[in-house]
Amino acid sequence: MLQQNVSTTAEGSRAKNAIEIGSISKWYGTIQVLDDVSLDIATGERVVICGPSGSGKSTLIRCINGLEQHQEGRIAVNDTELDGSNRALETIRGDVGMVFQSFNLFPHLTVLDNLTLAPMLVRKLPKRDAEEIAMQYLRRVHIPEQAHKYPLQLSGGQQQRVAIARALCTQPKIMLFDEPTSALDPEMIKEVLDVMLELAGTGMTMVVVTHEMGFARTVADRVVFMADGRIVETGRPDEIFGNPQTERARTFFRQVLKH
Amino acid sequence: MADAQILPAPGRRQPRVSRTAAWWLKDRIFSSPFHVALSIVVLVGAAFIGQFLLRWGLLDAVFVASDPAACQAAKGACWAVVYEKHRTILFGLYPHSEHWRPTLAVCLYLVSLTITLMPRFWNLRGLALLWACTVTAIGVLMYGGLFGLPEVATSEWGGLALTMIMFTGTVVMGFPVAVLLALGRRSTLTLVRSVCVTIIETLRGVPLITILFVAVNVLPLFLPAGSSVDKLLRVTIGIAIFFACYQAETIRGGLQAVPRGQYEAAQALGLGYWQMTRVIILPQALKIAFPAIVNHIIAALKNTSFVMIIGLFDILNATTSVMQDPVWRKYYVEAYVFVGLVYFVFGFALSLYARAMEAQMKKGHH
Ligand SMILES: Nc1ncnc2c1ncn2[C@@H]1O[C@H](COP(=O)(O)OP(=O)(O)OP(=O)(O)O)[C@@H](O)[C@H]1O
Ligand SMILES: [Mg+2]
Repeated sequence: MLQQNVSTTAEGSRAKNAIEIGSISKWYGTIQVLDDVSLDIATGERVVICGPSGSGKSTLIRCINGLEQHQEGRIAVNDTELDGSNRALETIRGDVGMVFQSFNLFPHLTVLDNLTLAPMLVRKLPKRDAEEIAMQYLRRVHIPEQAHKYPLQLSGGQQQRVAIARALCTQPKIMLFDEPTSALDPEMIKEVLDVMLELAGTGMTMVVVTHEMGFARTVADRVVFMADGRIVETGRPDEIFGNPQTERARTFFRQVLKH
Repeated sequence: MADAQILPAPGRRQPRVSRTAAWWLKDRIFSSPFHVALSIVVLVGAAFIGQFLLRWGLLDAVFVASDPAACQAAKGACWAVVYEKHRTILFGLYPHSEHWRPTLAVCLYLVSLTITLMPRFWNLRGLALLWACTVTAIGVLMYGGLFGLPEVATSEWGGLALTMIMFTGTVVMGFPVAVLLALGRRSTLTLVRSVCVTIIETLRGVPLITILFVAVNVLPLFLPAGSSVDKLLRVTIGIAIFFACYQAETIRGGLQAVPRGQYEAAQALGLGYWQMTRVIILPQALKIAFPAIVNHIIAALKNTSFVMIIGLFDILNATTSVMQDPVWRKYYVEAYVFVGLVYFVFGFALSLYARAMEAQMKKGHH
């Protein structure tokens, strides 16, 4: 059922690009961490990015919502160019939700307050509407009963699901995930992946940095393999896992697919 | 690590848990020859000082005497001096017949302060209203000129009320400035950052007394001719800025301790700089820096006593001046002990409150 859903949405909206990344480069001081990276992502498409540690995966997706600035090239999100202006940044951050490896929930606010914060401050919704939306998303990540707890009273898996709900509460068109399960104990990984799987079923545009190859196989329209700040290979999951074209990718996938 | 405390180490006998007084003495006070020696020295010293204080302050002391001659005969303290001079100590030069006004002002102040310190009343609008009323009422009471109250110039204000007013003014004006300086020092805008660094480093490098002299003697030269800013206000602003520069550094410490992920999550949600700072960053930073912040607030209470140097009669200076009286001057120690106690009561109340708040924050969720 999920599979079916995936293909229709992906085919139906291939025409328009949600994210356009054109030849961006980025340096930290003299160290180049992104080297002429280009990547277009269609609306409704689900892209998994993988690659060895330090290859620039996080940096790339953090450039998309302006948490990092690139020095060369262009990025546009839903036709809004990231041009360094606050206006563009606001528009793009309104369209893009992000989930972090370390959850980054606000520990001094209850789960509900974490969720209603952005809708109330950014979209100026009245408290009651914001709470209604928040409860709706908490139900979607299966923890409505935790609404009045504080983040640190929850398990890691629950915290990450709250973080996903928090990002969804701003009703983004695109979701970025930076290794959402790498800080979790194995028994909690599944509950988070399940939520992401369900989200994929709704046709959300998703860019996911992860080494969960099972997830990539089920959900991804495209897998992007990065190394040394460059995109080395892209392809459908079955192609790229089954028959990598480069030696780097072959070695990498042999390692991650083994376990 | 946590396990080590819960599980007994295998093969080692557990100490019996019946903690008798004898066990406590042995374990905490007499556990080694060095401890024994140290304990004896401390106990003997404490006993000596204790019995001296008891005799001087209580047993041999004179509490009521309308004539210092009665004190002359006694070997202990002459607390009668405190009663004799309490009006000046508490009210400074404030006209004698109007002393009910600062008394009422201090009471009002303490009530509002108590309400403000209770978390159950933490409601920004309510508190703002409360303080607007309190400040107005205190102003009317102290200045007079309305409702048939005779006018009393700020140069005549003094004693406890003056200390309270300067202390509160310092914290209320200084704290927001401290927050802004701390934020400015971490700003990505070079100009803002360098201005804040310069202000903080310059003023921290200068003694408070210098700042007070500038506020009193130099500042008027720069004010447009004809305009006059009240001396008390200038002095309070001076202490407030000094306070702000120190407090800014403790707040900066708190800001630095907030993980980067908190900033990033707030930004990713689309919050602007001030929204993020107000709702996400400052609450956490101030919580982290809380003990150090309270520390500086208590120091600010005592720093108000520096104003004696520029001729304001706060509680300490009022005492100094009233103890010039040749008849009672011998008993200045008792008068200062009393003033010390007043400071201590307020300072200690603050630190008890801070401790209770800290405990509550820990019990909370962070
Ligand atoms: N703030 C920074 N300052 C300097 N160098 C940085 C900074 N952030 C990242 N880097 C460097 O940039 C490179 C790319 O980092 P990035 O975090 O994007 O890698 P990654 O592919 O996400 O790795 P991982 O799988 O470990 O998360 C690394 O070499 C890293 O050391
Ligand atoms: Mg990373």
